[in-house]
Amino acid sequence: MTNNKNPNQDTQDLSRRKFLKSGGLVAGGLLGGSLFGGLLTNQFQKGTKDETTSQAGKQVSFDARTFFSRNEDFALLSAATERIYPENKNGMGAIELGVPYFIDRQCASNWGRNANDYMVGPFPSITKTDVYEEEKRQTNEVITSSTVVKLPAGTANYQTKMTRGTFFLEGLNAMEKTSQDKFGERFVNLEPKQQDEILQMFEKGEVKFSGVDSADFFSLLRQTTIEGVYADPVYGGNRNMEAWRMKEYPGPIMSFLDKIEEEEFIVMEPSSLRNYQGL
Amino acid sequence: MAKKLDKVDVVVVGSGWAGGIVSAELSKAGYQVVMLERGKDQTRSDFIGVKDELRYTNRHEMIEKLTGDTITSRVSIGDAALPVRLQKDMNTGTDLGGGSMHWAGSVYRWRSYDFEIRSKTIERYGEDKIPEGMQIRDWGITYDELEPYYAKWEQTAGISGEPDPLGDKRSNEYPNPPMLASPAIKLFKESAKEIGLHPYQMASGNMSQTYTNPDGETLNQCMFCSFCTMYGCDFGSKSDPLATVIPTARKTGNCEIRTNSLVRRVLHKDGKATGVLYTDTRTGQEFEQPADVVVLAAFTFSNNRLLMLSDIGEIYNPETRKGTIGRNFTGQFNSTFLGATGFFNDKKFNYYMGAGGLGGAVSDYEADLFDHTDLDFIHGGGIELRQYGDGAIKNNFVPKGTPTWGEEFKEKSLFYAFRTLTVWYSAAVMPWWHNFMDLDPTYKDEFGDPVLRITNKLTDQDKNIAKFGIEKCTEIMEAMGADIIDQDEIPDQFDHTYGGMHYIGGVAMGEDPETSAVNNYLQLWEMENLFVVGGSALPHFSSHHPTPTIGALSYRAAEGIEKYLKEKGGLLTQPKSSGVKA
Repeated sequence: MTNNKNPNQDTQDLSRRKFLKSGGLVAGGLLGGSLFGGLLTNQFQKGTKDETTSQAGKQVSFDARTFFSRNEDFALLSAATERIYPENKNGMGAIELGVPYFIDRQCASNWGRNANDYMVGPFPSITKTDVYEEEKRQTNEVITSSTVVKLPAGTANYQTKMTRGTFFLEGLNAMEKTSQDKFGERFVNLEPKQQDEILQMFEKGEVKFSGVDSADFFSLLRQTTIEGVYADPVYGGNRNMEAWRMKEYPGPIMSFLDKIEEEEFIVMEPSSLRNYQGL
Repeated sequence: MAKKLDKVDVVVVGSGWAGGIVSAELSKAGYQVVMLERGKDQTRSDFIGVKDELRYTNRHEMIEKLTGDTITSRVSIGDAALPVRLQKDMNTGTDLGGGSMHWAGSVYRWRSYDFEIRSKTIERYGEDKIPEGMQIRDWGITYDELEPYYAKWEQTAGISGEPDPLGDKRSNEYPNPPMLASPAIKLFKESAKEIGLHPYQMASGNMSQTYTNPDGETLNQCMFCSFCTMYGCDFGSKSDPLATVIPTARKTGNCEIRTNSLVRRVLHKDGKATGVLYTDTRTGQEFEQPADVVVLAAFTFSNNRLLMLSDIGEIYNPETRKGTIGRNFTGQFNSTFLGATGFFNDKKFNYYMGAGGLGGAVSDYEADLFDHTDLDFIHGGGIELRQYGDGAIKNNFVPKGTPTWGEEFKEKSLFYAFRTLTVWYSAAVMPWWHNFMDLDPTYKDEFGDPVLRITNKLTDQDKNIAKFGIEKCTEIMEAMGADIIDQDEIPDQFDHTYGGMHYIGGVAMGEDPETSAVNNYLQLWEMENLFVVGGSALPHFSSHHPTPTIGALSYRAAEGIEKYLKEKGGLLTQPKSSGVKA
């Protein structure tokens, strides 16, 4: 599947025009119950507003790093996210979509600080193995930080003392070091193909650092990049909902009651959480 | 020093479907009820305008934080159990309404086979069909006995649906017609029918129309906005405790709800529960709430751990296979929702629309509806195509062999967004002697109490049933005409993720106190004024989600508690020795 030309382009354009012409999204007359009194949003009041034309021109960016103190780390992060989600004929890549700033803010958030997670010790050493093998331990053995535990590779687990934010910093440092060792050059100065090679080494778990598996770091980096691309723009990525436009995803919409049986694919101009909340 | 409060008739721990139903029924009957919820208060206003995939689906806004408490997990008795550290890896509910607030709305009754699984399996295939160590047993209640309670829950919840053509006998219709069928669901149903199966529109807790339940609570029509699972419904169109049983309990004037109240012990003296000890999570102040009847209606993990920490009953010991608390642990694991994913080059589906309980279902390969003589497993699974409505982060499906990042991934994930459908088999999960819960010897909660430890291993039964299901799902996907079909891979072993919210057992019901903890009113055999309600009572996991069965058993328990209070004591059913070492 390399041909990405959309065979239904014509019908989609038609249904899009049809939709834009019909305006608002709310199925009129079907909303019963007192709860809807509190639900007045722009979708009710004004129909879907075209955020690109009404806001894009006026938008001022206040983006700045709030977690990564070193610009070098942020530059490396940016380059890595761009390889994961590159600019191409479909549209913007991770950098232009704001993904590095998304990740910076996520690292500074409760999530990046693991504030909702169980971060109580002991943290034993983990050795990953290829297959599950039953370990022989005493009944009710108490684990300490010097206990070594075998886990099959690929097992979902997070047994490091590091927060995700620290994990990002350590992982980026390890990427930089790997780049210097392998190519004698900083990651940001490598050719895209060479950058991909470094990323693949991490993906395969070939780099050891800080007592963790580099595959776990890659998986975190990849997942967070995808989240930054496609989360609501309020978090700093998915600039101007461009990723939603690429995907033909409409964002939060109050009702599809009148469209759920529709046979044709319906393309809508996307609408943001801000719009949904009537701001 | 705990502050001692005035005694009430009933104290209920937990505010989900189980606690909500028991509180509503008993407060309606005139009893003074106090309901304790560890999480915060919440109202419908908390859900308005929060359709935010990152915050709710990916960052688990409505899920219990693990900061101060978690579980540990291991595969075998010989392994070291390690804590489940990330909130994303253990989805248990919290806040008023509990896990029942962010459920999808998938509604299936369990089967007549389930309730008499041991007798019926032996009757059809002989005793040898049940492998040594598989701890299945009859539940001490039959489908016919539980049926009126199912019907009652469906009326309260306002379930929308049509009868399963292969379903057990029903005493009435669902209170609302089925949800509208989208083109993807129609394609699934037509294709399944073509190959000789019996598809139908799955029943849902999402409303097909505005509905007022027998308690006078009104639910609104579902808008198919797609923000159901992991979200509270901002329209009041998903059946949840805040839309139904909690306001019903409140308006009696007999039910006081206290949030931010974390119950840490069941207090007891001379074989009777005397109340509970709880901590106000905002101030740290401890309270003692005395009551004539104590009802544990929290999530499976909390129900089990509270009994263990309170030294009530005997913790299951896998070496001797004695003890009933913590026994029969099951749930839906990484072997459960496997099937086939189809990629359609020339079709696009409006898959950003949907509802948690919107889907097509096939039950031809459920329970014992098909012959297992030549099969290497018992029970079965439900086949479903669900149109939850996919968010943009979730919707990144690419055919196997495609890189998971980079330019090719970007192109293909954009192309296949809305061209990807999945049919899965929700396989039943049987209890085994080696899968159980007890207390962890190493890890502690914020109060210094041991956390719950889970020991859970996937078995040949799990892998064989999954393999069978994947084949059946593939046959349907082929009939649906997908251009590329990817079959799920069967995992080698349990992955220690508890993301699906459906974990049951440990205080399981039955008729023999040797193997069961509660009777068919969910009354603890060992302590007659303690009722343990919820998923913890289910002895095995059937082919679908447990909510309706938990709802039905909660009504049954409420009836039992009322009887117990009226008759001033006694066991509501007499124990029987089954003579089975199940």
